[in-house]
Amino acid sequence: MALIIKNREVVEDDWTVVRAGEDGTLPAVDAVLPAKVIVPFTWWKEHKNALTAAHKKEPIGVWLAPDDEPAELVEDFDKIALIAVDFPKFSDGRGFSIGRLLRERYHWTGELRAIGDVLRDQLRFHARCGFDAFAVRADKDIHDALNAFGELSIPYQGAVDNPEPLFRRRGAAISGASA
Amino acid sequence: MYQYDQIDQKIVDERVAQYSDQVRRRLSGELSEEEFRPLRLQNGLYMQRHAYMHRIAIPYGNLRSDQMRMLGTIAREHDRGYGHFSTRTNIQFNWIKLEETPEILRKLASVQMHGIQTSGNCIRNITADQFAGVAPDEIVDPRPWAEILRQWSTFHPEFAWLPRKFKIAVNGSVEDRAAVQVHDLGVYLKKNAAGEVVASILAGGGLGRTPIVGAVIREDLPWQHLLTYCEAVLRVYNRYGRRDNMYKARIKILVKALSPAKFAQQVEEEWAHLKDGPSTLTQEELTRVSQFFAPPAYEKLPDTDASYEKHLIDSKPFARWIERNVRPHKVPGYASVTLSLKPTGIAPGDATDKQMEAVADLADEFSFGEIRVSHEQNLILANVKKRDLHTVWERAKALGFATSNIGLLTDIIACPGGDFCSLANAKSIPIAQAIQERFSDLDYVYDLGDLTLNISGCINACGHHHIGNIGVLGVDKDGSEWYQVTLGGEQSSGATGAHLGRVIGPSFSAEEMPDVVSQVIDTFVENRIEGERFIETYGRIGIAPFKERVYASRQPAHA
Repeated sequence: MALIIKNREVVEDDWTVVRAGEDGTLPAVDAVLPAKVIVPFTWWKEHKNALTAAHKKEPIGVWLAPDDEPAELVEDFDKIALIAVDFPKFSDGRGFSIGRLLRERYHWTGELRAIGDVLRDQLRFHARCGFDAFAVRADKDIHDALNAFGELSIPYQGAVDNPEPLFRRRGAAISGASA
Repeated sequence: MYQYDQIDQKIVDERVAQYSDQVRRRLSGELSEEEFRPLRLQNGLYMQRHAYMHRIAIPYGNLRSDQMRMLGTIAREHDRGYGHFSTRTNIQFNWIKLEETPEILRKLASVQMHGIQTSGNCIRNITADQFAGVAPDEIVDPRPWAEILRQWSTFHPEFAWLPRKFKIAVNGSVEDRAAVQVHDLGVYLKKNAAGEVVASILAGGGLGRTPIVGAVIREDLPWQHLLTYCEAVLRVYNRYGRRDNMYKARIKILVKALSPAKFAQQVEEEWAHLKDGPSTLTQEELTRVSQFFAPPAYEKLPDTDASYEKHLIDSKPFARWIERNVRPHKVPGYASVTLSLKPTGIAPGDATDKQMEAVADLADEFSFGEIRVSHEQNLILANVKKRDLHTVWERAKALGFATSNIGLLTDIIACPGGDFCSLANAKSIPIAQAIQERFSDLDYVYDLGDLTLNISGCINACGHHHIGNIGVLGVDKDGSEWYQVTLGGEQSSGATGAHLGRVIGPSFSAEEMPDVVSQVIDTFVENRIEGERFIETYGRIGIAPFKERVYASRQPAHA
């Protein structure tokens, strides 16, 4: 079973991410059932009813590509157990905005997972933008990646993890730091 | 100046520790170069032609004397004894070893400095008017706002991986000395009828491959909303800016594709969700930050000083220096001095370790221990008593800082070019030096009056050639270095704003460049109506007479 970081711990994970093959085709709906799968948003839109019916027993997740519009998923929040956001390249920052929108504007409270080219040196940014699960790229040391969360402990600006910018809590932060 | 408290200090200290570990992981092979590259870039480290270049942030161009001394120490201990002040008011060290960069950043952190976000596809160092707080035409001091924006943008989790770099400039005076209109995001600060600070926000300006003057997307934004509005601009850009082609990835391309009006509408829609949220600025924070920029303890002085007046009459060189390098100050008895980093024979913007230390001494003795860096690549002592000006001039002369050429032809703005930069198509520094040597007669240059000459070694336009009255751009043709000349560019001309220069015609070889500039100047002199500035003559007669003159004597063989 693959390892992911969840709640700042390395844990085993039994979800499978369904991606298009090299020729761009996706498997038939029947072929991926009834495992715990995270399916592409475009595919979800097309096969929503079949997927929901087949997944009465197993939960289903949906992943968003950087150019997907998270607002379109809001109506389905009650049908899905997990949202993932794909980072095709670690340097593609669109997923950070998607994370914040899902949490701050659309109030998604379930698991929000970063998938794709997910590396230690971006995890702190992911976490601040609302991600709470991280499928660190398989060739990297996931235990080492845990170190990322403690590196920069004081953010200046507000984000999902702490909506208050430092200027609204500087006094408290100073007394905390000297304590 | 802004002083770190223990929180700000901890933030840069943690950054040094994080970066040190990243360097360790790179050296051990845990990080590939591809993975490490953006990490080092966001700490200011570039791989250049010969070595690493380390770009250190000088937020809105402000330095304390102890910080300047530390830059001198780094130049001596980690570089070859000099540094280059850039058109983004940062400093660059050109001969750096990767293994030493954590130590450099540790030393910088000890004086509240860093290399954070001086490169990479993120929000870069924020620039402002070098005469902030002292200019007689100032409406709003831009420094507290630039500092507030600096803190907001530092390690912003959503905007660390933008489509491309993002530059912000802030100006709060009648004259725009920060080239606000050629920035990704520009902020003009002013006051409304009730005397409250409001901002006009511009977006989509920039030079580079596609030079565009920024468009106003919001008028009269109340100051409380500055951060939430900027956040809305950045979010629209982060989500919809192009990522398929790095040459089309700057915000200006998005703004142009949508039209400024449509872009502004998308920002407004986004902002509607963010407005009045927790990032809305508080009076308490504005007061806290502003107090760092409170006026220093000025002496109560008469407007002028008898000995100063006498020196003005007795010494023509001193009077010339005062006219070109010294500006009026809003407080009676004070003036602002620009130390020229453009003497003939030195790369524009370069200073040695000894010079940095000497400037720090001058700042301590004569200007409340503070130095400013201008985007024109000069250094400023903003608060000098008029009665000290003659002494400062003598000292600056001995240090090589007193060339009376501010705003003149030889005050050349230039990027490091092909001598250092791996992006450059052509060298900049030798062209600048050849032009300075051609125009070494200071009296002649003085008589030519205000004239800007900007040189960029490639289309990225770090030398801001598009907004030079005379612009020079290095281009590559079949593997050799050529120079394209533009005329009529202007950083700012009051109400009409920035102008982009026009290409005069086919490009020139390096050897031809001094002659070409001479011919442009001759055309100006012959057509000039007494007292006219170059840009005024150009505006009156157009590009044709210049073009005719420059190409008349030229072999037609070139491309």
